[in-house]
Amino acid sequence: MSRFPALRTAAALVALAMVVPLIYLFIRAFQADGSLLWSARMLQMTWDTLRLAVTVTLGSLLIGGGSAWLLERTDVPLRRTLGVAAALPLAVPSYVGALAVVSAFGPQGSAFGIPGLIGFWGAAVVLVLSTYPYVLLITRAALASAELTLESAARTLGSGRWAVLGRAQLPQVRAAVSAASLLSALYVLSDFGAVSILRYGTLTRGIFLQYRSSFDRSAAALIAVVLVGLTLAFIALERLARGPVTPARSANTAADRRVRLGRMTPFAMAALLVPTALGAGVPTIVALGWLNRDGLQGRGTDVLGTAAATSFGLSMAAAVVAVVLCLPVALAAIRRPDWFSRTVETAAQSGYALPGLVVALSLVFMTTRALPFAYQTLGLVVAAYVIRFLPEALASARPSLAAVDPKLTDASRTLGAARWSTARRVTFPLVRGGLVAGGALVFLTAMKELPATLILRPAGVDTLAVRVWTGASEGFYAQAAPAALVLLAVSALALIPAWKVSGSSPKAAVDG
Amino acid sequence: MRRLFQLFLIVTTAVALAACGGDDAPDSGTDAASGRKLIVYSGRNENLVRPLIDRFAKESGIKVEVRYADTTELTATLLEEGDATPADVFFSQDAGALAALAAEGRLAKLPSGVADDVDQRFVDPGNRFTGVTGRARTFAYDPAEIPAPELPRSIFDVADPKWKGRLGLAPANASFVSHVSALRVEFGDEQVKKFLADLAANEPQLFDSNTLVVQAVAAGEVDLGLVNHYYALNEKSERPDSPVVNAFPEEGAFVNLAGVGILEGAEHRDEADEFVAFLLSQEGQDYFRTETNEYPLVDGADAPTGLPALGELDTIQAPLAELGKDLESSVRFIADAGLA
Repeated sequence: MSRFPALRTAAALVALAMVVPLIYLFIRAFQADGSLLWSARMLQMTWDTLRLAVTVTLGSLLIGGGSAWLLERTDVPLRRTLGVAAALPLAVPSYVGALAVVSAFGPQGSAFGIPGLIGFWGAAVVLVLSTYPYVLLITRAALASAELTLESAARTLGSGRWAVLGRAQLPQVRAAVSAASLLSALYVLSDFGAVSILRYGTLTRGIFLQYRSSFDRSAAALIAVVLVGLTLAFIALERLARGPVTPARSANTAADRRVRLGRMTPFAMAALLVPTALGAGVPTIVALGWLNRDGLQGRGTDVLGTAAATSFGLSMAAAVVAVVLCLPVALAAIRRPDWFSRTVETAAQSGYALPGLVVALSLVFMTTRALPFAYQTLGLVVAAYVIRFLPEALASARPSLAAVDPKLTDASRTLGAARWSTARRVTFPLVRGGLVAGGALVFLTAMKELPATLILRPAGVDTLAVRVWTGASEGFYAQAAPAALVLLAVSALALIPAWKVSGSSPKAAVDG
Repeated sequence: MRRLFQLFLIVTTAVALAACGGDDAPDSGTDAASGRKLIVYSGRNENLVRPLIDRFAKESGIKVEVRYADTTELTATLLEEGDATPADVFFSQDAGALAALAAEGRLAKLPSGVADDVDQRFVDPGNRFTGVTGRARTFAYDPAEIPAPELPRSIFDVADPKWKGRLGLAPANASFVSHVSALRVEFGDEQVKKFLADLAANEPQLFDSNTLVVQAVAAGEVDLGLVNHYYALNEKSERPDSPVVNAFPEEGAFVNLAGVGILEGAEHRDEADEFVAFLLSQEGQDYFRTETNEYPLVDGADAPTGLPALGELDTIQAPLAELGKDLESSVRFIADAGLA
């Protein structure tokens, strides 16, 4: 019947696990008063959410895509350092970023006040800063493994710089760019920290206010169902935008093919540094200010080491599991793009825009009923991270897997290599960058995850994000600051090797 | 070979999924010497209540496991867990959450007599939860900016154009919502709606939390902040040079509560009873008065240093049962006025 029954079974199993939150939502939403669905409030929240998601996605594309191009296709100096720095805002929890931006640039900010910051524009800026690293990491992994021969051919045939970009480079990374845009858009849908502090009324904020004011789970679930509807619409859009993938036959990165920036170099460096200065620099300076103002006062710093180890372990486990589990989904979709594999892929992404609280409550609902022994264990926390963030691994792995030319693997098989050997020696070196980038995204997002961690962790287990929250939620900023700084430091250290591997030339790996 | 590869794919996927399910056994508890244990869900911040819970554990020999999260999130969790909840006790930041749990039948009756000494305004009429401490709504201000005679006497005064653009609020906060509910019970929906509309027209600055409001007052960003009384005191203990002090309104004043309830079917019921009694004991009440600057609710207890006694505050006397009934309308009124 099918050429890949095992693969498709595995993919379906993963998708099934990923839709657990949706099953819960529909159970709850059916008990809701349906009139809320067509109320003026719902329409307003939906419109405001869409407006923000589109604005942020465009901003992220511009900054993330531009940074990736500068780092992979120009001779900008200090690429590695600049690259890691540019990706760093990914490690900043959006509520910390928002608090920092407000305390620096709010109406009476410590730096200078920017009028109109509270509301749409403030939320948009903070969220662009949180999401452009997705576009940067995924696009850059794709650029690094894209085929340069096309680009040099274009250049040889006399195409100008822009024509090379438009006709040779963009088509090759189009799938990656569109997958990364989807991530940005869906991240905006799910974010609570930034919109809450900057008071912008998205659907996710509506869900929280619903719980907070009346603990009405069905009304909250109905709002979440609208969120899932938006997610499906965005996924459909992304399918259209993705375009055909050009397989990479051989890939090679040659420094001499990079665009020479010449006098533009300082501007390119500034373009890479300004977003990270705002997205990671400002929060760091604000946190240092909290420390400086209030001193350490010995509160809570003793548990930071344990919290850091817990954060690292949980996030690393989530990253590995997410990358492994996204493989069957991606491969099934690539090898036989029929209704079945498309449905499986959609299902695997459909919960990504749900706020962490909703995912956490769905797991509470399911595990207390079906798997009581697993409730409030570290394993469940990892499961929650995987369910929340697997689409990030998928977004990064899928384009790189799709870009593997079947001719290469066929050749390897024809030459007598076993399936395993082919996977190890031909496929893996080509896709390694995309997989590592995906794992890094999951790792960094999991490091700052809060709502599911708070509810699902075993009693007494703290992560760094929990420590930040414990301090900041009641205004004990002196306690929040060291945890936030350690969170940034651990994330930065993890980014360094991930950056190197995810951008390494596949050719070198094949040769070696 | 191909079979093997396929098998491998299925097995890895299944193992990975199963690993997520739960490899770590829950803390099965080699308990303290007594073997007694208690599981508390605390919507109150760890910094505020942990020292007291540690004291309880030490004195009683009971091993206490505490899950700290926001009151709202924990309430939603308790509702989803239903009778499968591991929790014995819920320590809540506000009355609304406890009322919502009681309405769903999730709270058991407190042991008889345990809340007898508590001001009965703060005890659930069905005896399913009790207030532990009081949190008075106040105006936080900087005396250097506003001389005492100019302060608003009534809560309704802040809708006066005199305060245009000078007030800070955290309208999505549970304590503001409860205050609005209390005003509705005391003064009626129409007057409260009008007040909220006038207040909105006065262009107050809106914040996400009471802490941010008090910081804005300290920074001179707003002149007056409508918050709970201890935020100014906490700000002062964090930063001794903070200029912010409290003013208690004379009309429309309100005292919200932090309270506790025992879950229906609690596995460690005796320990839960002991814990509630401890919170309401002299030791527990003194802790909150001196360490977190909250109002003890047990009859005859002193107010926190420097604050007027609870009895002297001319607060809305609305009974708890009335307040918890219709929080949703309060939220809608606030949103309709444009304050959300």
